[in-house]
Amino acid sequence: MIIKQLSVFLENRAGRLTELTGILADNDINISAFSIADTTDFGILRVITGKPELAEKVLKENGFAVKITDVIGMVMPNKPGSLHKALQILTDNGISIEYMYAFASADDRATAVIRTDTPQKAIEVLQLHRMELLQAGDVYQL
Amino acid sequence: MIWNEHHECMGRDQLASLQGERLRQMVERIYFNVPFYRNKLQEAGIEPGDIRTVDDLGKLPFTTKQDLRDNYPFGLFAVPQEDIVRFHASSGTTGKSTVVGYTHNDIMMWSEVVARSLTMAGVTKHDIIQVAYGYGLFTGGLGLHYGAEKVGASVIPISGGNTMKQLQLLEDFGSTAIACTPSYAAFLGESIQEAKLDPSKIKLKAGIFGAEPWTEEMRNQIQQLLGLKAYDIYGLSEVIGPGVSMECGMQKGMHVFEDHFIPEIINPDTGEVLPYGELGELVFTAVTKEALPLLRYRTRDLTRLHVDICECGRTLVRMEKCVGRSDDMLIIRGVNVFPSQVESVLLEMSETKPHYLLVVDRQNNLDTLEIQVEVEDQFFSDEVKELEGLRKRISDKLTSLLGLHATVRLVEPGTIERSQGKAQRVVDKRKLS
Repeated sequence: MIIKQLSVFLENRAGRLTELTGILADNDINISAFSIADTTDFGILRVITGKPELAEKVLKENGFAVKITDVIGMVMPNKPGSLHKALQILTDNGISIEYMYAFASADDRATAVIRTDTPQKAIEVLQLHRMELLQAGDVYQL
Repeated sequence: MIWNEHHECMGRDQLASLQGERLRQMVERIYFNVPFYRNKLQEAGIEPGDIRTVDDLGKLPFTTKQDLRDNYPFGLFAVPQEDIVRFHASSGTTGKSTVVGYTHNDIMMWSEVVARSLTMAGVTKHDIIQVAYGYGLFTGGLGLHYGAEKVGASVIPISGGNTMKQLQLLEDFGSTAIACTPSYAAFLGESIQEAKLDPSKIKLKAGIFGAEPWTEEMRNQIQQLLGLKAYDIYGLSEVIGPGVSMECGMQKGMHVFEDHFIPEIINPDTGEVLPYGELGELVFTAVTKEALPLLRYRTRDLTRLHVDICECGRTLVRMEKCVGRSDDMLIIRGVNVFPSQVESVLLEMSETKPHYLLVVDRQNNLDTLEIQVEVEDQFFSDEVKELEGLRKRISDKLTSLLGLHATVRLVEPGTIERSQGKAQRVVDKRKLS
């Protein structure tokens, strides 16, 4: 249930993100999802890729500060109220979210990637409420 | 106008004999009262009786900033604590600032040299002077303050910063003189323009600017912006503070108050004394100071001395604006900064490695200090609040140690250049000389 997300430190510098995507492309690594948290001076790229260990290795070799972070993926119908319902479950169980990003896919479903301090507990709570979670095995090629 | 014609216009021979007598007495005092100096003199095989004239100065050993640090805080004082009436200090590496002490007589002497300096800038008891140097451990504020009171001027002890208040008092009190760093003077000038103040309400005629390097271009700019004549004052806390030397109306270099501070120019590599007119490191012997007499103190400032008589009538030697340093010290907004201080902070913090770069710039006439620190894998967090927290912790520590706001910028690992041998730790983008 735990998904390995790569977190990469990026300076706010023209072309830096393009260098990173180039490295992933050269190594035939697919990007399934990503988001960027930005501040005035730097950004943190959070990306879910195929072959995360390889991605970490090649990025480190190219001088990036990279870290693997455990996240969970929550699958919901792409309909009004479904994200609210899921978040309400987490809130009711005292699970706070550090950050999240979400995307919709063509099959009328939406996926939210969630980072919390207590991923195991979040998984248990969500499963208890019959929420669908992404499996580590298939997620890397969403 | 000359404040102390007797001492400022003395014949060179007469001055040399005064210096010789004062040097002789000083060597005796430090030999008997300061163990550090006694050891140093004994190592050099010098007895107090060996020093009779100012020409014997070259036989004496040098003192360095490191000596002051090694004897922190009071090790080099020549008087007991009960005779000390004031301390000042400059920032230093962690926990070790350079501490200077003053007796009552030292404060009187300092006020005297600052009074001479202000007189050179035409300041009299008919002036209102805004002292916009920082008050506190830094010598700028109180140094100018006491000298200005000695002259009889009306002093506004406003200290540094608080620009809106500065402008208001310039206008409401009609200040005729101002003392601050040149970069702050330029900043004030621009603030006057931005605030659209009526220039006719600004009565400034003289500015006494120092504590950091500045150029002739900056002088012109400040003079134009503030409508005053800008004078350069030089000093360092170890020697006394501001008022070691000062520019007269001829503006052909700064007259050194040689009856108190004997200057020499040496080759920084060999220690050999160089003749007048040659470029080298400036060295001072503070012969009259009681609390902290300084024997041949190496300032690390590079400049030249000129001895030909100035048109103002003073016989005191003139030093040129310093053209650089013989060490890696930076002067940022009047504050002395060594790259090693930054390194000590980073080494102290477990999350950081000492890969850093100091970027000094001048924006809107104010010096800025940015410190770039590499983000290492082991402390990289993917949460913005963690990284921002780390950045703030580094910045707070540096700001409190340096006494100067430092912006910290996190950069990617490996992006700060590693050079073979001496690392490039500083990029100074300020255009000076």
